Formats: sequence, C-alpha cells, structure tokens
Amino acid sequence: MLSFEHLSKTYADGTRALSDINLTVHEGEIVALIGGSGCGKTTLLRLIAGLDRESAGRIRLDGEVLHGPHPAVGIVFQEPRLLPWLSVFDNIAFGLAGLSAAERQARVMHALEKIGLVEHAKRWPRDLSGGQQQRVSIARAFVTNPKVLLLDEPFSALDAFTRASLHEHLLGLWEETRPTVVLVTHDVQEAVTLADRAVVMQPKPGRIFDELPLTLARPRDRTGLPFETSVRRVLTALDHSLKAPQQQPQRERDRQAAALWW
Amino acid sequence: MTGNAASNAWSSHEGAAALAAPTSTEKRRAFDWRILLGFFLPVAIALLWEGAVTFGLAEGRLVPPPSRIVATLSALAETGELWTHAWMTLWRVLVGFLIGALSGIVLGALSGSSQTLRQLLDPTLQALRAIPSIAWVPLFILWLGIFEASKVALIAVGVFFPVYLGIAGAILSVDRKLVEVGHVFRLSRVQLARRILLPAVLPEAVIALRSGLGLGFMFVVAAEFMGASEGLGYLLVDGQQMGKPDQILAAIIAFALLGKLADSLLLAAAKPLVRWQDTVRERL
Ligand SMILES: Nc1ncnc2c1ncn2[C@@H]1O[C@H](COP(=O)(O)OP(=O)(O)OP(=O)(O)O)[C@@H](O)[C@H]1O
Ligand SMILES: [Mg+2]
Repeated sequence: MLSFEHLSKTYADGTRALSDINLTVHEGEIVALIGGSGCGKTTLLRLIAGLDRESAGRIRLDGEVLHGPHPAVGIVFQEPRLLPWLSVFDNIAFGLAGLSAAERQARVMHALEKIGLVEHAKRWPRDLSGGQQQRVSIARAFVTNPKVLLLDEPFSALDAFTRASLHEHLLGLWEETRPTVVLVTHDVQEAVTLADRAVVMQPKPGRIFDELPLTLARPRDRTGLPFETSVRRVLTALDHSLKAPQQQPQRERDRQAAALWW
Repeated sequence: MTGNAASNAWSSHEGAAALAAPTSTEKRRAFDWRILLGFFLPVAIALLWEGAVTFGLAEGRLVPPPSRIVATLSALAETGELWTHAWMTLWRVLVGFLIGALSGIVLGALSGSSQTLRQLLDPTLQALRAIPSIAWVPLFILWLGIFEASKVALIAVGVFFPVYLGIAGAILSVDRKLVEVGHVFRLSRVQLARRILLPAVLPEAVIALRSGLGLGFMFVVAAEFMGASEGLGYLLVDGQQMGKPDQILAAIIAFALLGKLADSLLLAAAKPLVRWQDTVRERL
C-alpha cells in the first residue's frame, strides 16, 4: 500500500508544485494521474522515486516511510532513457547486478519475450524505434519485480496505434506480478483503458481535484458503451478541474453579492 | 481484436527490420572508392612539380622535387639515421603524452566530479593555461637541465591542458537524465562513476586525448629546436643550417606519417569502446 500524507513540494524558486496531497493507492491497484500541464504530476512521481525530497508530509510504502530511491520502487520516464552504450539485453539487466548470471539471463529473456523483442537482444538502443525503446525501458523497470511501478507519460510521444499495442504489453507484464502502478497521462482514453482509478489534479498549487473509480471488467473493450461513459466522466472532471480556478473568484463574487443583498 | 492486429503489425515491422539489417552491414563493408579522391590533389601537384624540374622549367634547389625527397628519405633510412631520430621523437612524445594525459585525466576527473574541488583547482589551472606553453622553456631548462627532462616536461604541459579541459567538460555535461537512472537503481558513488559516468564521457575523452596527442607532436618540435642532437626536430634544424631543404622536407614528411600513425593507433584502441555512439559518421 502506497500512501501520501500531507505531501507538499515547494521548489527552491518558490513554485508550489504540490500542496497537501493525501491519497492511498492499494496494493496491485493501477491509478492514473491526470491533469493539466504543470499541476505537479511529474513532481509527485519524482518524490515517490526518491529523485527529489518533499518539503513537507511523507510517503509511506507498506507503512515504511520512503527516504530516497527504494529497491521496491521502479520508474519509467517519459523518454526511454536507455544507456546508449549497453545492448538491449544489458539495458534491461541494468538493475539486476546483484543476481547470478543464470538468474539474470532467465529474467531478462522472459521480459524480452513479454515485450516481443527477443530477436533484438543484442542490438544497440540507437537501432530501435521509439516504441521499441520505450518497451525496453518498461522491461527494465519490470525485471526487478518492483512493488510499485511509476510511469510518467510513457507513451505520450507515440502514435495511437503503437500506444494501443504498448498498453497490452504493459498489462501483460502487470498481470504477472500485479505491482501497484501510478501512471501519469494526458490521455483520458489511456487512463480508462489501464487504470482502476483516475485521480484528477489541479495546478497552482498542485493538488487533487477529484477521484473517479473505473470499475470496468478487464480486458476492457474500448468500443463499448461503458468505456465511452467512463471516458466522458473523466473528461467532465478534467474540464471542471481546468475551469475551477476561474470559478472560484466567481463564487466569491456571488457570495459578496449575496451579502450585499442581505 | 485490435490488439491482435496491432501485435501482428509489430512483428511484421520487426521482420522487415531484421531483413534489412544484413544489407546495411554489407554496404558498410564494401570499399568506398571515393576515399581515393583525397589523394588526387597532392599526387597531381607532386607530379607537376616533378615534371617542371625534370624539363628545366624550375630549378628545384630550394623546393626539391618529390624524387629527391624520396631519395633523401631512403638514404636516411638506409643509414639507420631516420629510425634513430624518429624513435627519439616518438619516445619523447610518448613519455610526455603519458605524463600529461594521466595528470589531465586525474585532475579533470576531480574537477569535473566535485564542485568544491573544481572551485579549488579550476581558477589556478585556467590561469596557467593562459601562459603560452613555450614560455615555460627557460624555466624548465633552469630547473630540469637541457636534456630529456625539460623536453618531456614541455610536451607534458602541452598535452595536459586539452585533456584536462576535455575530461572536466565531458563529466560536467553528462546527461542528468542518465545519472538519474543510476540513482533510481541505487548505485553507489563508485558504481555510478563506473557504470554511467565513465562510459558516458568516453567519446569526449577520446577526442580530448587525440587533441592532446596532436599538441604533443607540436611541442616536441619546439622542444627539439632548443638544442637536441637527436630527433626529427634536430633533422629540421640541421637541414636549415646545412642548407638541405630536401632533408627538411623529409623530416616534415616523417613527422606527418608519425603523427598520423600515432593518432590512428589511439583511435583504433578506442574504437571498440565507443562503437555504440550514434554519430553521423556511423550512419553514412
Ligand atoms: N526543478 C524545478 N524547479 C522549479 N520549479 C519546477 C521544477 N520542476 C517543476 N517545476 C514547476 O513545478 C510545477 C509542476 O511541474 P511538473 O513537472 O510536476 O508538472 P506536470 O504536472 O508533470 O506537467 P506536465 O503535464 O506538463 O508534464 C510547474 O509549475 C513547474 O514549472
Ligand atoms: Mg510531467
């Protein structure tokens, strides 16, 4: 179980990227974080991954407070971030340095099969397409069997077709060990395809606006009516989250008008 | 349904890529005849000059024709003189290069990887760099004598600065994003240096070493001008004093060959380490 308690992050230049985030993500749950640009989604993932320090509050994983990078937390960045001097195989094996050669070989080969890149094991990252590179980077995060997997808009640079096939690869890997997943996305369809819950965020300062459970049965049929309904619900919430800052002053004015009326 | 179609499409893409791969390697192996184009100008000029001297159109005393230079070179080679001189020069460059490059790598790595050390070292080294290296010569001769030590010291100084700057700059410009990958996998400082920083700086380190080596050859000439009884630089001075332009040109050619040879050796040694680089050259 991953939980955030009064989590806040203010950058050195005074930007309030996150303010008082409270959220619990259950074991094996897939949570999609959506929200406009600059509402602190990347910041939140970087805090969980231990790449940045929170300004206040804490993050707990199964009760343990996280300080810095944790072995049970894996992350897939927006760019593949493969090490260009390692082959595809060695890139996936990067986090497995502590294992025996045989165990490493077995795990990497299994992951390569899962992402359908077995015949590319010996190639350099530069010889792969963008989608293939992103699959390698997902495999690199999965082979260490993390309890929590963080994905920061991992598919945003890809075309819709490639993205759909990567969703399947991702779910295929997820079904094996069922890690807790926090997925940042701009794509509502993607959120509804993958997640058990959508968390809509709001900027300035970054905070949670709304949470929507997505309880459709898996595998999800993207063409069905329930899917459409869920997409529409999330879109509406997103819409409100973007309009809310303008709404607030409006409500304030209404209140003042009401006071005058009395 | 859609997913199935998608994965089929993917595998066919990959099939195409796998088929395409061997052809591209074959293409790379085929000899590119355009390389020979580079020889055209020098050979043409040499032939023209040779012809001009043979047919009495030019005198060729101050600018000897190629045949005379080749004759001088082979005469020097036969007496063994050429090899002693070339070997002496090479030895000086080698020792100076090793000392300069090693200290450049160590200090460059220190100032590249620690902010504090950089603030401590860099200003002094930058100030020293502003001094033209040849200006050290009188001091080196006073301190180290007129023999090998002062010559090697001058070469080492010449090699040091490009290597130091290159290594420090390369470490400073390592992509933060890749370093973060190391952090995520909880690498220790040593592991981070070995598994991420070192491979990441290698291509730039090779460039720095190559320019260091080039400067080493530049400074060995300067060092040998200032009183040496052996070395290709000595052949130059001797040729000037004796009025033998063919010997000067022979020495210059020997310098060019030696420099190119050393550079190629360095490049060949580094090649397997930086094969992964995604450069334009590789794609051509
Ligand atoms: N290193 C930093 N220093 C200062 N401010 C930062 C830094 N990183 C991010 N910010 C600010 O914090 C806020 C949240 O940024 P963040 O990258 O988390 O947004 P995001 O939700 O991921 O946006 P996007 O959807 O565009 O990726 C933004 O206003 C951004 O300008
Ligand atoms: Mg972001």
